[in-house]
Amino acid sequence: MQEGAVLEMRGICKYFPGVRALQDVDFTLREGEIHALMGENGAGKSTLIKVLTGVHPKDGGEVRIKGVEGAAVIRSPQDAQNAGISTVYQEITLCPNLTVAENMYIGRTKGAVTNWRAMNSGAGKILKSLGIPASPKQQLGSCSIAVQQMVAIARAVDMECKVLILDEPTSSLDEQEVIKLFGLMRDLRAKGVGIIFVTHFLEQVYEVCDRITVLRDGQLVGEYVIEDLPRVQLVSKMLGKELDDMADIKGESGGAPVSMEGAPVLEAQGLCSSAGIKPFDFSIRKGEVNGFTGLLGSGRSECVRAIFGADHVTAGTVKVDGKEVKIHKPIDAMKCGIGYLPEDRKGDGIVGDLSVRENIILALQVMKGFFRPFSRAQAEAFADEYIKLLEIKTASADTPIKSLSGGNQQKCILARWLLTDPKYLILDEPTRGIDIGTKIEIQKLVLKLAAEGKSVTFISSEIDEMLRTCSRLIVMRDRKAVGELNGEDLTQSKIMATIAGGDEA
Amino acid sequence: MKKLLSLALAAAMSLSLAACGGGGSSSSKPAGSTPAGSTPAGSTPAASSQPAASSQPAASGEPITVGVINNDPNESGYRTANDAAMRATFTEENGYKATFYNNNDAAQQIATAQQMIQDEVDFLLLSPASTTGWDTVLQDAQAAGTQIILFDRMLEADESMYAAAVVSDMPAEGTTAVDWLAAQGLDEYNIIHIQGHMGSDAQLGRTGALDEKVNAESNWNYVTQQTADWDEATARNIVQSVIDSGKPFNVIYAENNGMARGAVAALDAAGITHGKGGDVIVMGFDSDKWAMEAVLSGSWNYMGLCNPMQAETVDGIIKDLMAGKAPAQKIIYTPEQGFDAATITQDDVDTYGT
Amino acid sequence: MTTPVKNPETQVKRPDEPLFKRLTRHQMFIPVAALVLLVLFNLIADASFFAVSVKENSLGNPVLSGNIISVLDNASELVILAIGMTLVTASSGGQDISVGATMAIAGSVILRMVCGGQVTADTMQMNLILAVLIGIAVTALFGAFNGALVAYFKIQPMVATLIMFTAGRSIAAWINNNQLPIINDIAFKYAGTFLPGIPVPTPIFITAAVILIFWLVLKRTNLGLYTQSVGINANSSRLNGLDPKMIKLLTYVILGVCVAVAGFIRVSRSGSINYSRIAENIEMDAILAVALGGNALSGGRFNIYGSILGAYVIQFLTTTLYKYDVPSTALPAYKAVVVILLVVLSAPVVREKLASLKKAPAKTAKEVS
Repeated sequence: MQEGAVLEMRGICKYFPGVRALQDVDFTLREGEIHALMGENGAGKSTLIKVLTGVHPKDGGEVRIKGVEGAAVIRSPQDAQNAGISTVYQEITLCPNLTVAENMYIGRTKGAVTNWRAMNSGAGKILKSLGIPASPKQQLGSCSIAVQQMVAIARAVDMECKVLILDEPTSSLDEQEVIKLFGLMRDLRAKGVGIIFVTHFLEQVYEVCDRITVLRDGQLVGEYVIEDLPRVQLVSKMLGKELDDMADIKGESGGAPVSMEGAPVLEAQGLCSSAGIKPFDFSIRKGEVNGFTGLLGSGRSECVRAIFGADHVTAGTVKVDGKEVKIHKPIDAMKCGIGYLPEDRKGDGIVGDLSVRENIILALQVMKGFFRPFSRAQAEAFADEYIKLLEIKTASADTPIKSLSGGNQQKCILARWLLTDPKYLILDEPTRGIDIGTKIEIQKLVLKLAAEGKSVTFISSEIDEMLRTCSRLIVMRDRKAVGELNGEDLTQSKIMATIAGGDEA
Repeated sequence: MKKLLSLALAAAMSLSLAACGGGGSSSSKPAGSTPAGSTPAGSTPAASSQPAASSQPAASGEPITVGVINNDPNESGYRTANDAAMRATFTEENGYKATFYNNNDAAQQIATAQQMIQDEVDFLLLSPASTTGWDTVLQDAQAAGTQIILFDRMLEADESMYAAAVVSDMPAEGTTAVDWLAAQGLDEYNIIHIQGHMGSDAQLGRTGALDEKVNAESNWNYVTQQTADWDEATARNIVQSVIDSGKPFNVIYAENNGMARGAVAALDAAGITHGKGGDVIVMGFDSDKWAMEAVLSGSWNYMGLCNPMQAETVDGIIKDLMAGKAPAQKIIYTPEQGFDAATITQDDVDTYGT
Repeated sequence: MTTPVKNPETQVKRPDEPLFKRLTRHQMFIPVAALVLLVLFNLIADASFFAVSVKENSLGNPVLSGNIISVLDNASELVILAIGMTLVTASSGGQDISVGATMAIAGSVILRMVCGGQVTADTMQMNLILAVLIGIAVTALFGAFNGALVAYFKIQPMVATLIMFTAGRSIAAWINNNQLPIINDIAFKYAGTFLPGIPVPTPIFITAAVILIFWLVLKRTNLGLYTQSVGINANSSRLNGLDPKMIKLLTYVILGVCVAVAGFIRVSRSGSINYSRIAENIEMDAILAVALGGNALSGGRFNIYGSILGAYVIQFLTTTLYKYDVPSTALPAYKAVVVILLVVLSAPVVREKLASLKKAPAKTAKEVS
């Protein structure tokens, strides 16, 4: 083993049916460093981590861990835990029906007797030291996603690990929470823990990391010290080509041109739903791209869900093309030509065990009706068309969608709605948790759709993404629409100010 | 659509509710009208003031309170008849206030029995689902002055613990049937033996005699011996399988009529003749009228009668006890007999068929 | 030691899996393998098991007879139930344990209709088709009741159907005033025995028709797609315009219809009914058939043909055990052992292991060379 290394992986190979997920990948983690593992979705980051933590058995190569003689044998997450490897996954893998403390100690108590009092007080101390706003006896499911994520980190931290793996830990945290997490990561680094940090946020990588390992298509691209690798180069290494697309998009800043004439495609007044948002007004014109922005939990998703009828609508009127319509449930909205890509891709978007083809045709099929299924040939034609159009990476149209990478899953959902040829498409966080290449593709697609005369509502946590695509932004705060920005007001600082609410006060 | 749905739902629910009510009504109706000891408010305190007296001289016109605990009437045609007879006998016209309870679960039966003893019934008529576990009930009954009369099924207890037992003699039924079969004088007996629920009183009694004979005689053989759990379809399966295997057989000994009917269905399908003058002797048990008609028509050869009509005998015993007359014997076997296709008459069918 | 692994040949070969692994992964693997094993066993032990002969039945019609015919005939009710059970499992991720009891209800209703309320009837008092339709309507209603509890009141399927499981047989008895009706009209028994002049048992035709209908329905409607979609992810399905509750309810109603058909076959085999014994424990066999067919009992993706095959395997097994005269008391134990084997074999974990077992010798050979 190298001097100072805490973990060494050499020649790791992993095959899935029809896919080479990892091919001969090397990875080295040194003591007391934060090491970013970067790559597009499908590059093999998650697979590498799952091999390391014993979730997937590896098909080749070896793993060495400091303090373990010879090649380490990791056949299960338990083995990994015993070897000092702790993981916080992208998707929360805790038990929502247990308490916070139980989640922190589950699978770790020795012997048959559990000392509840000690467990609760121990958990309380850790939560407090990390500044996590949760009580040990609270049921985990009643916490926000962000807090659940932090509990998962607290659990990993408490296990006195040599290697801490953070797989997309920040995707559901707000800025304050991210700062807190980074402070924690630096503390751990100072104590000599090696941290593997998987993320899509470039800024965060440059803020906190020491070293970067880049993967692409299951192969190692290289390992770099952070100072030696400017952002542009990192991106180009991840995508595998010199890329000017980023610049391209920025050039079109200000989003799609807005046609101010003509009646709105959709007009809502006093809309209100059971999800607890204040009544809001909303309208969108043909060819317009607008967006909802605001902090996590500000109600931006609830607004679009109300428009689509995904939540129970309690008040308000909706007009589509000037005619009043009743939208009680999603099928009503779909019949009015509205499409909706939900925020929670795994929980609300994909139908995991169904094939890519079935996922793509689902919405159109439902609109067509129970007694009129598409022929196999027709369905295949649809799927192939969109797999090609959106460059969806999949072994075949028959592959279950759940085995695709996040970005490709999202493309399938996009394909699903594009296939219905909607007048108005709502995209709620379409770029969350997916790679930069796909993010750019999606942003371009949004602009293209607008140019074709479709209306799009685009929601993203990344404000610059919104600035690039939207011509009008509705700002949400505390479940209430507090402002509408367009034209010259569409700047980062103005948006921030509106979100923070400083001006109004 | 939603409206249609809720309508359907309501209909389904009300139907099932009605059905529950209906299904239970057979047992709950008498219970409702006669909460055993409580309705004749005047008489029961009087009765309980002299609990030791084993025969409570009910004043003329005062109904005798009885609690009847029986098995599930749907279990078999036999049980249906048995239950119906009890309900027909212990009526107000006959001078009874009766509470009925049906369950195949011994634990439930025991709980109900204890409730009835607390309600101070004069007589507890009991067809226990299991032979054991009744000690407390028997003791409580004795202490409370409630007399217990067993019917149809026995339980494991000293004779002194109950006033009388009117039961079917299952081993005797088996012996009668096997004797009859031996009297047919076949050169060789190749028997398909379809057993009832293993371990039940009827199965043990009816299997015992046949097992003995097959072990003793060299020309008596089992082609197969399987349990069909009293189920007709399973019995048909078993016989079908023997026919398919091509093994020769000439006797079907089914331990109840339902299973015998299943066996006959398999024979019919394969065109194998049975009954009087047929290739295969068909034997069944219990008291179903349709089975007796099958014997009468010669489609079957034999039906061992297991008389479900214990109600009248029990009625007689109670009247005797009330008159201060103890039954001559504690255990009274209901008269059992076998009906042979050669000798059965329409009269028999009318008399014994249920 | 890493070099041989990296040789180009293996690199190309590995991703597309060996045939054996692909086979074991296929959903139909377990039921087909079980059937092949049973067939092989019977071929080796006694090939006459498969003999089919023509006999004349008691009505003088020529009929086919043999173990194979018996298996096909006797599996009918189970196959039909397994189809409905598969749909219910797929949509709601649970099973209906009341099918045996509701079969009793269907049988009771049909008998009451054809007997016209009499205990014994020599001729049918009502058009048979009408009687069966009424039976279907009644059990479909009970299916709707179960489905509503599951879909709208969100009660776990096994708990929801426990109600009918408990009450069903009493309801069946109540329908006929606690009497055991008997119909002696030979025409009533056609459906459970033979049609005049046709040598194949009628239940085989009915089952074939039911399978054909479901094949058509799955082809001509979106029942399959909707059911699976709802079973896998109800949230997504709703956001794609489906009504998950309605679809769950629908599958229970369909199962109700299947139950009525199965109940009809069962009572027309004998023209009578025994409320507490008819189709006793058949729900367990139906659930087992679904599992044997490689379908996840937690719902989602399904293969109806797997369940159908599973049902035939169960009947094949029963008939084989009867043939070899397994002692009556030991029969359930034998069946349990075989069932445990089959179910364990069909568990994904074991199948992975199996596939890797097959791969292992090749690996060592390579290392030696």
